[in-house]
Formats: sequence, structure tokens, C-alpha cells
Amino acid sequence: MRARILIRPKAAILDPQGQTVQRALAALGFDGVANVHVGRLIELDVDDPAQLEAMCETLLANPLIEEYEIVSDPSGDPTTP
Amino acid sequence: MKTGVVRFPGTCDEVDAQLAAAMVGDTVILWHGDRDLQGVDAIIVPGGFSYGDHLRVGAIARFAPMMESVAAFARDGGPVLGICNGFQILCEAGLLPGALLPNVSLRFICRQVDLDVANTATAFTRACVPGAKLSIPIKHTTGRYYAPEATLDALEADGQVILRYAPGHNPNGSQRDIAGVINDRGNVCGLMPHPEHAVDDLTGSSDGLRLFESMRDHVADASVVA
Amino acid sequence: MPALSPEQSSPSAHRALGLTDAEFALIIEKMGREPNVVELAMFSLLWSEHCAYKHSKKLLGLLPTEGPKVLMGPGENAGAVDIGGGLALAFKVESHNHPSAVEPFQGAATGVGGILRDIFAVGARPIAILDSLRFGEPTSPRSRYLLERAVAGIGHYGNSIGVATIGGEVYFEGPYEQNCLINAMALGIADRDKLIRSAAAGVGNIVILFGALTGRDGIGGASVLASAELDEADQSKRPSVQIGDPFEEKKLLECSLDLLDRELLVALQDLGAAGLTSSASEMASKGEVGIDIDVARVPLREADMEPFEIMVSESQERMLCVVEPARVDEVLAVCAHWEVNATAIGEVTERRFMRILVGDVVVGDVAVEALVDDCPLYDLSPQEPSHPIYPAPPRTLDSQDPQEILVALLACANIASRRAIFEQYDCLVQSRTVRRPEQADAAVLVLPGGSAIAVSIDCNGRRVACDPYRGAIEAVLECAANLACVGAQPLGLTNCLNFGNPEKPHIAWQLTRSIEGLAAACAAVGAPVVGGNVSLYNEGNEGPIYPTPVVGIVGELPSAGGAGRLGFAREGDVIALVGAFDPTLPGSELAKLYGQELPQGLPNSPTLEVAAAAIEALREAVRAGGLASAHDIAEGGFGVALAECCLASAIGARIDCGPAVGDGDDLRALFGESAAGFIVSGPIAAIEALPEVLAARLCGEVGGDRLTITVGAAQIDVALGDLHAAWSQGLASATA
Repeated sequence: MRARILIRPKAAILDPQGQTVQRALAALGFDGVANVHVGRLIELDVDDPAQLEAMCETLLANPLIEEYEIVSDPSGDPTTP
Repeated sequence: MKTGVVRFPGTCDEVDAQLAAAMVGDTVILWHGDRDLQGVDAIIVPGGFSYGDHLRVGAIARFAPMMESVAAFARDGGPVLGICNGFQILCEAGLLPGALLPNVSLRFICRQVDLDVANTATAFTRACVPGAKLSIPIKHTTGRYYAPEATLDALEADGQVILRYAPGHNPNGSQRDIAGVINDRGNVCGLMPHPEHAVDDLTGSSDGLRLFESMRDHVADASVVA
Repeated sequence: MPALSPEQSSPSAHRALGLTDAEFALIIEKMGREPNVVELAMFSLLWSEHCAYKHSKKLLGLLPTEGPKVLMGPGENAGAVDIGGGLALAFKVESHNHPSAVEPFQGAATGVGGILRDIFAVGARPIAILDSLRFGEPTSPRSRYLLERAVAGIGHYGNSIGVATIGGEVYFEGPYEQNCLINAMALGIADRDKLIRSAAAGVGNIVILFGALTGRDGIGGASVLASAELDEADQSKRPSVQIGDPFEEKKLLECSLDLLDRELLVALQDLGAAGLTSSASEMASKGEVGIDIDVARVPLREADMEPFEIMVSESQERMLCVVEPARVDEVLAVCAHWEVNATAIGEVTERRFMRILVGDVVVGDVAVEALVDDCPLYDLSPQEPSHPIYPAPPRTLDSQDPQEILVALLACANIASRRAIFEQYDCLVQSRTVRRPEQADAAVLVLPGGSAIAVSIDCNGRRVACDPYRGAIEAVLECAANLACVGAQPLGLTNCLNFGNPEKPHIAWQLTRSIEGLAAACAAVGAPVVGGNVSLYNEGNEGPIYPTPVVGIVGELPSAGGAGRLGFAREGDVIALVGAFDPTLPGSELAKLYGQELPQGLPNSPTLEVAAAAIEALREAVRAGGLASAHDIAEGGFGVALAECCLASAIGARIDCGPAVGDGDDLRALFGESAAGFIVSGPIAAIEALPEVLAARLCGEVGGDRLTITVGAAQIDVALGDLHAAWSQGLASATA
């Protein structure tokens, strides 16, 4: 099945990329934007979705600095482990 | 002393690290796909862009076969020095606490910086005099050291923060100006500055040589004890 | 022999591919029939300006290419000179202007990737990169965007692959607003005996493609782009821009050098613009053989690519080599070790044709000679313009006060500190860098054994716009002067000729006069041309760029430790103005700030011979070791050069040059520009020992934390902190 993993810096950690994007949006006149974070998206086909969490913990994310969301059915709702 | 320098696809500074280590002993390149440590007394995980920095810096390199041997070597108390990308890899591998985040400027920065040696009683700094200042270059995009506050407090209390950027010299926004740390056993060290680029006054500074001399002295003492 | 696939192109396809009707007719005459789609695609690449140099080749013959140290001259992937100790130095500069105008990050990154492949294609390990950049004024948001992204792209590629970016230059001028210039230069070292050429040889030998997969990158990219003036349509070309992958190239580099080390290769060639077509045809042409290529064996990134697409793809990070059949397995094993894809895709044939196959079906069959040698070369119709081509720059300074002028010049984009740029580049990797940016006028690298090389890249396009002949001479003199300041003697030169549309008479005149100037100056400073690149049709809606013949010179110095520095060193050292300095204001940086028209012509003073003699004498003086500093006087003249000497080492100076250059025109003396002037400092004995030809004029003393200058009635007295603030912020604000 198709799965999608969203990885972003933990909220408490300084995210200069998110701040830069937030400032750029404001400069372009997009008001009322807050809490911008820039992360990354990994898409993959997987036979056993139960393995996804282990994949995230082992390789795809660094739990010390990042949080992740697994969307095991990209058309449905995200489920956070 | 025989120092092994690990080479991954995308490693850039392995030759420089080898030349620096060769000033204090013998050296050998350790290929990422092998497991044989070839009887080395110390290991350097050098700088560069292993696996193109893809996914996350150091994230893929830590799973190389050679890294299993490096981890076992570290568990046995062998000295391991991670420089820049090597520091990132050792953090990813769990051999050092913390992680490296993108510089606050989000840019690659190459700059000569001053470092304060915060602990001279370690396998990596024992050749420095207390209070020593070292002039060593940094060059990285992802060098902002991060660990939870409690971890940082513990690191400082245990003397595990061994190098700090001198006041005004922190290039990346690292917490508490941390430039280099050791593990709790004191045999694994990671630092963002590049001591291997500071071993000859002709090319800017020879202060980095102190780290390699420290490792040599540490290995010599360890073999006497053994 | 299998029958040729009959697929013909549409009657006017050649025009869309950039070939004229006359050229198409010539192709039919050479082939004895109409070309099919694959063949036409191949002709369109090899007969493009980019590959065939059809508007510049005749002129390039004027340049001196012979010299005692030249090992490989123009025509190979890179030139090479002998640097002693059994070592060769390979180097070349190349443009990536049009791709960078479309997508600056990838354009600049792949420019670096391409020039590095040229270096390791001759068997040399790349050791350094320099870049020469031109943008519109930094007041323009587009120019700031291009600058930021191009610098990031250069850093991304060079840093990731582990080659130090040790120098370069950047200028900001209105005429580059719509057509930025991104020129990258690379240097590499090899054992003299291990340089490899690109000529295919040995009928029956196997052709192996290795490196990245082949995709639809830049189909018709560089060649089509390089032959058309930019317009609004450039937006739609974005998808076909090549993407660079320095990680792939790092593996390719190590793999290529490993293959050469094991002496497994007969010939090696990189794939650049015009991809497989150009690489294979040129290997065949140089070896006077033919090559069969089976495109069905080329590993593809997208499965449904057509044969002609495979032949013209500009996918990056690929190399082509020729191997004896018995060594193929060994070659494939070495590639596998480095995790580099490698596939045998063809073989060397006796019949001197490029034959393209899909399995057993021949889809293209063209004589190598027709492709590589038969492209018509055009004579230009140069005509000196009767009126100014370029508008006067906007006025940005009103003050006539020398101190205010000095501060304004230090803060202007062409003079301000480049730190915000060069700190984004790794200038240290490989541990050879003895003089980093802003430590000396040229970068210096130590070699095994303790000798050293120096390198600089230069061209003030505005001066060339004022006077193409004299401006080109000044570019060479400037570069040689930078080398002299570290004590280096030229070994060889590479150039990148960036000009507008050569079919226009005034551009043809700029190109012709510039090459004539280069030829004279190269001979005068003893720097033979060993290779380079021509980039034409650099024009936007508002006209052509300034003519910009970028010059890179490499030189040797006997000892790395003796390399000169630009900054004043010790309190109490005396300062002297030396050389053949003869400053004038028209065409200078100050004239630009005042918004003055470009003059039509620059004075021929000092003459080329006098300037070259002064540069040579200065070099010998630096080598003698008595001087503490040496700095070439360039943009902003004497005043700015003095400030640079102070800022480089944060030490002040007291200058009284009333007796030195005064003739009543204080601004000309302070800020006028000329070739072959230098500021040196050192103990009085060292200054007094300078030879007569340097005409040393004592003018002051090093010390304190202020710069004070007295010139005739003019007085400057400014704290170094104020100078530093202006100088360090000038470009930082443009790159923030």
C-alpha cells in the first residue's frame, strides 16, 4: 500500500527555515500567518504498514529533534503514533 | 599508534584527516562496506557529505557495515574522533548525545574560529594546556549542536563539553557555544571544527595538531596499562 | 549491414534546431541525402555555436598557445602545464551563463560540475575552483536573487564534492541585468605521465558509459539556449534545465581516477553540453576512427526516451571511456566498487562514421568528419560603433570630498568585501590553501614538495566596453599583477569570452579587438593560452552585456612560505607606490558613481611593454622576500588600495603623497585607475633595494588605527572602524 510520512522539526526547536518562510510570507503581504515549520515528505509503497513506525524511529526521522506523522492512506486522515 | 580513517561515498576530508593523523603515527583508510578494522588503535570518522547528506546528515552512513565495527570498537573503549560529518554520524549512531541542526543562518559557513578548550583532561585534549585557545576552521551547513537542557546540564557537570566557541565566535547558534563533546566514558569525541585542516602554520594554523597528539598520548598510555 | 531507419524530420525542423537553410543544404551535400531525425539532432548540436565556435574559431587562431611549460593546449578537455616535480597542472574556465539566467542555483551548480569533469577527464584530481560572476546592480531584486542562488549553487556543488573554492570575482553592472554571467574555473593536478587524452583508439575496443542515468535533462538545452537571445520565453524552458548531483559526481570522480590509476582506459571524455553526441563524435574525430553506439543499451531514467533524445540528453555526471575488450570486466568491477553505474554501449570501428543503433536497427549513420569538421566557419563583419552602445550608469554619488568618496567607493558593490560570498565556500579542503580570499591578491596553493602555484581570475568588463583592445590588455595585466603580488610567474592562461551577438558589427568589433588585445597581452606577460570557452549571444532586451573576456592565469612560485600578502604587517614599515601607475578617471569606478558616460577609448599608458616589465620586476621583488606586503592597485585607485591594505590586517597608515603623484588633480591621483601600479610595504632597506624599473615613491608609514592621506590640498583622516563598516556592509546588505 501507499504510505506518506511527514517529518518536521519538533515544536520546541529553533527552526530558522520556518521562520524565514514566515517572514517571507509576511513580506509578500500574506497576513495572519504563524507557526510555519518546514519539514520533509517521504512517500513509499509498503507491504506491511505496521513496519512504518519502526522505519521512522530507526532511519527516516531523528526522534531527538524531529516528530513524524504516518499517513498510511494518503487519501484518508493522518494518524499520529 | 595506527589510526583508521573511515571513508564513505561522499566523504571529502578523509585524506586530510589521514595526513594529520600521519603526523603522530601510522594510518589506514577503512572502507564503509568492510568490517575489518585492520588492528587500528584509534578511529577518525572524517568530514564531508556522506551519502550526499541525503535524508538527514549522517542518517544513512551510520548503517554502513563499517559503523558496526566502529560501534563495537567504541564499546570496548577504543578512541573514536568524529569531525563535522563524522560528529553528525556519531550522534545519529547514538555513540554521542545530542544532534546537529542547520546553522541559524541556514548557510554553509567556512571560517577560522577561536575555540576555548573547556576540559584538558580528556583523550582528545590532554596535549592542551588548561585555558588553551585554539584557532581552527569550521565549514558546515548543519553544525548547531542541540540536546535537551537536562542533557546539556549533565554534559557540563561531567566535563563532557570539551570545546566551546570563544565569545563572539559561535558560527552556527549551537547551544551554550558547544563546539565539541565526548561521551560519558570519554572515549568518543565529536566536534564541528576541523582540526585536520589546522596542522601546519603554512596553511593557517597548527593548533589542531594538539588533538591528534592527545590521541597518540592516550593510546600510548593505554597500551602501557594493558 | 542493416537498413537505415527512414524516419525523416519535417522540412523546417532544422530552423527550429538553430541551423540555417544554407547549413542544412550543406549537410545534405555532405551526406548525399537528407538526414533523418537522429542525424539532424546530432548535426544541430555539433554545428551549434557552442560546439563548433563558428563565429569565433578564426579569431581564436590569433592567440598564442605555445610555451615551454605547455603540456596540453586547446582542443583537449582542459589545458595543462608542467609545474615541476613530475606534476602537471590542468585548468580551464567555462561559462554557464544562459542556464544560470533561467535557474541560477542549478545553472551555477552544473557549471561547476561540468568544469570539474573537464579536469578529471584529463586524468587530473581537481584541487581548486574559482568563479567569475556578473550581475546587474544589486539595487535590483532580480540581481540579488540571481547572486544569492548562484553563490548557493556554486557552494553546494564545490563544497559537497570536496574541492576548495579559493577565489573569484564578482561585478555588478547594469548591462548584466538581463544576462548574468556565471563562469567557473577549475584546476587539477596529475602525474605528468598520467595525463590522458580523449582520442578513441583501437578498432574493436569497447565504449563504456558510466555515471548517472540518462534522462530528458536539457534536451536541446545548452546548445539551443546558447544560440538564442534570452526573452520572456525563458520561463517555459525551466523544466529542461539540468539538475546537478555532486554526490554522484564525487563517486564518478573517485571512480575515474581509480580507473586511470589502474591504467584500464584507452581514452576518457566527459559528457557536457551536447551529451553523448558530442563526446563520442569528438573522441572518434581525434582518434580518426568511427564509433557504433547502441542506444538501447544506455541506462535510462525514463523508459520511453527516443533515440534522438538519448543522443542529445544533457544529463549531468556522466563519462565515456574506451577500453580494450579484455579489460571490460575489470572496469565494470571498479565502477561497482564506487557504486557507479557502467554499461558497455558501443565499440570503436574502422569506418569513420558515427553509427547509432537500436539493437540491430541502424537509426543514424553520419561521417565523423561531416559532424565535427565540416561546420562552416563564419567571418565576422566588425565595425567600430559611431556612437556609445551603453547608457551612462545612474549617478549614485555627488560628493567631491575625498574622504566621503573613499567611504562610498569602499561600500560600492564592485569594491566592498566579498566575505559574505566566499564564506559560503569551503576554501580549505585538501589542505593546500596557503593564501585564502582577502589575504593576498591571488590564491596560493602549496604542492607536494613545498613549491606552490597561484591563480587569479579577472576582467573589468566596463573597461573593455570603453576600449575592447586596451580593456582586454588590462584584464591580462590585472591578472598577471595579482600573481606578481604573491611572487608567481605565469605558466598558462585560460579565457572565457563572454560577448553579445557576433552577427552584429559592433559586437564583432568588440570581439575582434578584444582577442587582438588578449593576444598581445598574453605574449607580453608570457602566458600562453591553453584552453577556454566562448559564450556569445549574451544580450537582453536592452542590449548586449559589456564585452567580458574573463582571464584566468596560473603561475608558479618557488616556495609556498614566501607567498606575498596584501595587508600591511608591522608598525613602522614604510609604504611605497611602485610600478608604472598612470591613473585616469574616465572609465573608473568613481566615474561610474558619478554617472559619467563610458569614454570611447582608454589611454595606452602605461604601454603594454612598460606594464609587463613593472609586473615582472614586482614579482622578483616579492620573491626576494624583503617586502612585508604587496597589493595591486585596481578599482578605486590608490586610495581604495591603501584602505584595502589597512583593512586586510586591521592596521592603519599615514600617507603623504604630495610629492608622490600630485599634479594638481587630487581626485585623479587618489581614485584614478591604471594598470601596473602597486602598493608595497616593508623595512626601509627593502624599499630602497627595489630596482629602478619599479620607480618606488616613498609615501608613508604603517601604524595606528586610522588611515590618513594627504594629497596636495586634499586630506583624508578616517578611523579604520569606519572604513571597515562601509567595506564589510557594502555587499552583505546585497546578500542578506
